Formats: sequence, structure tokens, C-alpha cells
Amino acid sequence: MKTPAKKSRRSTNGLSSQVDGDGAQWNLRLYVAGQTPRSLTAFKNLKEICEEYLKGQYHIEVVDLMENPTLARGDQILAIPTLVRKLPQPIRKIIGDLSNTERVLVGLDIQPRSN
Amino acid sequence: MIKQSRRNRLRPLDGLRKERTGIPGFDEITRGGLPSGRASLVCGSAGAGKTLFAMEFLVRGATLYNEPGVFMSFEESSEELATNVASLGFDLNQLIDDKKLVLDYVFIERSEIEETGEYDLEGLFLRLGHAIDSIGAKRVVLDTLEALFSALPNEAIIRAELRRLFRWLKEKGVTALITSERGEGRLTRYGLEEYVADCVILLDNRVQNQISTRRMRIVKYRGTSHGTNEYPFLIDEKGFSVLPITSLGLSHKAPTEHVSTGITRLDNMLDGKGLYRGSSILVSGTAGTGKSTIGAHFVDAACRRGERALFFAFEESQDQIIRNMRSIGIDLEKYVKKGLLRFHNARPSSWGLEVHLAMIHKTISEFKPSVVVIDPITNFLAVGDRTETKAMLTRLIDFLKSREITAMFTSLTSGGHDLEDSEVDVSSLMDTWLLVKNIETNGERNRGLYILKARGIAHSNQVREFLLTANGIQLVDAYIGAEGVLMGSARSSQIAREKAADIDRKFTLERKQRELRRKQELYEAQLIALKGQYETERDAILRELEEEKQRQHDAAEQRLAIARLRRADNGEVQFKGNGARKSRKGAVAR
Repeated sequence: MKTPAKKSRRSTNGLSSQVDGDGAQWNLRLYVAGQTPRSLTAFKNLKEICEEYLKGQYHIEVVDLMENPTLARGDQILAIPTLVRKLPQPIRKIIGDLSNTERVLVGLDIQPRSN
Repeated sequence: MIKQSRRNRLRPLDGLRKERTGIPGFDEITRGGLPSGRASLVCGSAGAGKTLFAMEFLVRGATLYNEPGVFMSFEESSEELATNVASLGFDLNQLIDDKKLVLDYVFIERSEIEETGEYDLEGLFLRLGHAIDSIGAKRVVLDTLEALFSALPNEAIIRAELRRLFRWLKEKGVTALITSERGEGRLTRYGLEEYVADCVILLDNRVQNQISTRRMRIVKYRGTSHGTNEYPFLIDEKGFSVLPITSLGLSHKAPTEHVSTGITRLDNMLDGKGLYRGSSILVSGTAGTGKSTIGAHFVDAACRRGERALFFAFEESQDQIIRNMRSIGIDLEKYVKKGLLRFHNARPSSWGLEVHLAMIHKTISEFKPSVVVIDPITNFLAVGDRTETKAMLTRLIDFLKSREITAMFTSLTSGGHDLEDSEVDVSSLMDTWLLVKNIETNGERNRGLYILKARGIAHSNQVREFLLTANGIQLVDAYIGAEGVLMGSARSSQIAREKAADIDRKFTLERKQRELRRKQELYEAQLIALKGQYETERDAILRELEEEKQRQHDAAEQRLAIARLRRADNGEVQFKGNGARKSRKGAVAR
């Protein structure tokens, strides 16, 4: 469904999207604005979480709003970085550098809310 | 040309560059508009008109000054916005197609968002930056930024980012307008005024006596002078209008031209010329004295001259006035059809005083009449108190004078009071004051009119009776005489009595003249008779004298004859007989 070629079009150096497994039930989009340290941190954290919890069933697309500012409208992006869970539905948004793994997992509905 | 002079007038005195909003009145009170290239804040409670003000700033900028704008909305979707302002005649979709406007709806659903560490609002900056660059926007509206506080959990980040946002906007050189909900005890709920320090506008919608009035105040405008009052504003089918009617002074010109009141004899009472153009006239009187009718005459005269007239009626509908005036021979309908006359009918209680003033102001500005009738001003007392009403009327009169509009105000005086005690204390504001009163005598009411004052006009001091006839108002000389002032049937009967007395006197005069003639004839006749008598007597005396003379002569002759006969030598007789002649001769001889 998603080819590496298409992904690379939207990705920037150092922030490469990745697909693992052919199902890709997890369709994630990470919005960044240029290669800021915070963006890089977010991408690193996201990748680690995905590798650990969603191995083989996720797809990450990185959107750099510096290059495509119009795309900010579609997903109503204000905060950078923002991770959008496109699939599975419903859409979830997680803002921040994803350094709080617990909250990322809750935000992605991988883990139920503790309270 | 008007535009040019307006522009000159509004040129700021200070160095601060300003961006005209194009909102009627606002540019006047801010002396030029919003600070150019800076951010301004417009705050107010819900429904105060913040969004509309901001939207009009953009729409006017795009349409009047060719300055494209970006509207970033945090509350309403683009479609909702377009629909909402369509009722004000703004076609947002057209402006968007023309690349004059960008609407960006920022929607943040708190429940969808999970916060997981550090972030910034670069996404918002990029969106806004892109929108600005896409059309070369000069104006930006953020409505309402505070939505961020409820959408995002980390207030510290928001505050830091807001500070950065305002700096960034300044760098961009756009004139920004930020709306904000009013907070308790402070201007905005989240203290946005801390970030936007240049210009803060407060919108307010107050309800007093169940009547709401919208007001605006410039709380702060750094680096420039501005009107500091609360100004009423209107939101109607043409958008926003602020009414800076408080700032007029006594510097208006005084035209020397005259205008007719529409009642010839009233003009005559006013030095034969009528009223000064641009003056204000108060017609006060009790109910049913014909105040509105005088107003209708005034309007009729103006339309007849081809001038525009505005009739503000706070008691009657347009149709009712037209019908009523037709009954006294004034056809106002034809002028309405010609577009010379416009009625503005409203119940005083429909709006607050300020709004009334605003409506009047606005209607006058649109219609540009030369003559205005406000009937009656006393009804405003139902809405405001005396001080407020007087203040409002002062401003109205100042406004009218500045435009050289001749205005007639009617005022209803309640019975029982001294009629000259005008209810609204506005008489001192008026140049001319006509008093119409019902005079009740002999079981009937009659209308009397007199001029209490007329500044700069040598006016009649007499009371005129005025009649409402099929040909309008007719002024009749009231009877003023030994019996006092009489009107109506008393006047007619008095006049009749006088007429009778006149006739009487005339007869007497004639009789006396006749008598005189008769006496003259009599005396003349007597004179002739006396003369005759005299002549007769005179003749008789003369005859007697003649006879006596003759007789003496005869006697002397006789004596001589006798002496001759007696041949008397006595010279005595002879001597005697020839009288003095002979003795004198003798004396000489001697």
C-alpha cells in the first residue's frame, strides 16, 4: 500500500519513515518543522516505541511542514512535533517530543489509561 | 475630494503609522486606525461583536484599501464565518476567490490530544506564515487566540509561544488584530493584554432598563492620542459603525441663509425670512397642539424647495403621518416617492439612547438631508433620564449644526406645568423656540402660537392663533385688546361686537355731521333774516333822518318865506336862517 519511494518524498535526511510488515495496521504520521533537535528526538522516540510494541505492523510517515506548510491544515496541526495516528481509527494526536513513553502508549491506545 | 479632505483630517499628528480599518467612525476616534505593523487587541464579553469587528477590519481592508488579509479562526469554521457575515453584505467566498482573503479554521479537540513532552507551536506559525505569504496579506486576525489555553494543557508553553508569536507578527510587518474574551476583573481571561501592548479596544454590550447598548472604548493606544470616551456603536445590515458623536464642539459655522418654516405667517413673524439654515428649532406644547403638523409643514417646504428631508417619528408610523397630514392638505407621499423625504420610525423603547443617537447619526450620514424633524424628543425620557437625554440631544444638535442641517424638535409638555418649563431642559440648546399652547376659555380650546425666542432674528412678540384648516396651518391674529387675549369663538364674537360698535360709531358720526350741516343751514338762514331786518331798520332810520333834514330845511325855507313876506329887517332871522355859513362869513368880515 505504501511504497518506500512515496515515503521518502516526504521525509528529510535523518528522519526516515519506515514500514515493517505488510499489514501496517498502524498508520502513523509525524509532523515536524525542519530538523530541529526536538524533531529528531521525537522521531527517535517514536521509532523505539514502535519497534518495541508494534513491530511489523506500523508505518511511519514524516511530514516536514517547512517544506509543505499547506499540510498543516489537513490534520489541524499547531504544535510541533505532533504525531497523528491515522489508523486505526479514530484519529489520535500526540504532541511533544514523545519522551514520555507511558503517555505515548496511552495516546496511541496501545496501553489502557491507568486511571 | 471628500475622501481627500477626510484623509488629511485623519492624518495622525504623531509619527505612528496607522492602518485605516474602514469601519465608519473607528478611524476618527483612533485618529487613523490601528497601529500599522503591530498587534492590537479587541476584547469584550461574548456577543460583544469582536469577531465581526475583526472580520470587518479585513473585509474593508481588502475591498477599500486593497490590503489582503488572513483570518485565523479558532472558534468558527470558515463556512460558519462566511454565512454569519453574509448577512452584513460581506461575500467572503468572493474575496477568497480573488485572493484577497484567507480563512483558516484552527480546530483543536482537547480530548484527541495527548501531551508527551516538549513541543512548540511552530505548526501554527507555519500555517499562519503560509497563509500570509500566499496572498501577500497585510492584515491578520486571530480570533480567539485564547482557545489555545483550553486546547493545550501546558500554559507555560502557550505563554512563551504567544510572546514569540507577537514578535514574529511584528517582524512580518502585518497589522494584526487579536480578539479575546473578557475576563473577570481584567480585560482578558488569560491576560493577553500583557503581550499586546500597543492598542487595546474594549467592546461592551450593556443592558440598562432592559435595553442593550453597544459601546466601544479605546483602553490604550500607545504613542498616539485618541478619543477616550465610550462610543456607542451599531451592528446592522451594513456592518459595524462607531459613532464618535461626543467629540464635537462649538466650532460650527453659522450660515446666514434663511429657510422657510413652510408657514408664511410664521415666517413673517420671524422677520419675514424664516429660520437660519443650520439652526435648531424647538416646538414645544401640550398634547394635540399641532406640533407634528408644524413639523410636517417644515418638511413639506423643504421638499418643495427640492431639498432632502428626514422625519424621525417616535410616535407614529409613516403611513399614519402621511394620512393625517393629507387631511390638512399636505401631501408628503409624493416626496417620499421622489426620494426627497424619508421617514425613520421607531419606538423609543426599542433601543437605548446611544443607539437612537447612533441610528439618527447613521441615517443622516446616509441620506444627507438638509432638514430634519425629530418628533418628539420628549419620548427619549422613557429611555434615559433627563441628564442623559440632554447630553444626547446636545451631541445630536452639535452634529446637525456641523452639517448645517436645519433641525426641528418637537417636545411634549405635560399639562399642569409651566409651559415654558421645557421637559428636557433643552431650550438653551435651541436657537428658536416656538411655543404652541392650548388656551381654554369659554368652554373651548384654541391653539395659540408664539415665539419664545429666536436667536439673531427680529421676531414678533405677539401671540397668534393658529388654525388647522384643509389648507394646512393658518395663523390668525389673536384678538388683543382691553378685554385681554381672545381666541376662537370668543375672538370672533369680540370681533363681531367690535364691528357692531364700529358701525354704531359710524352712524353716530354721520348723524352728527348731518346735524352740523343742519345747524349751519339754520344759522346761515338766521343770518340772512337778521341781515334783512337790519337792512330794513337801517333804511327806516335813514329815511327818518332824511325826512328830518328835509323837514328842517323846509322849516327854514318857510321862515325865510315868512320873513320875506313880513319884510322883516331883523337880520337875525335871516342870519339864523342861513345858518353857520352866514355867521362864518360875518366873522371873517369882521
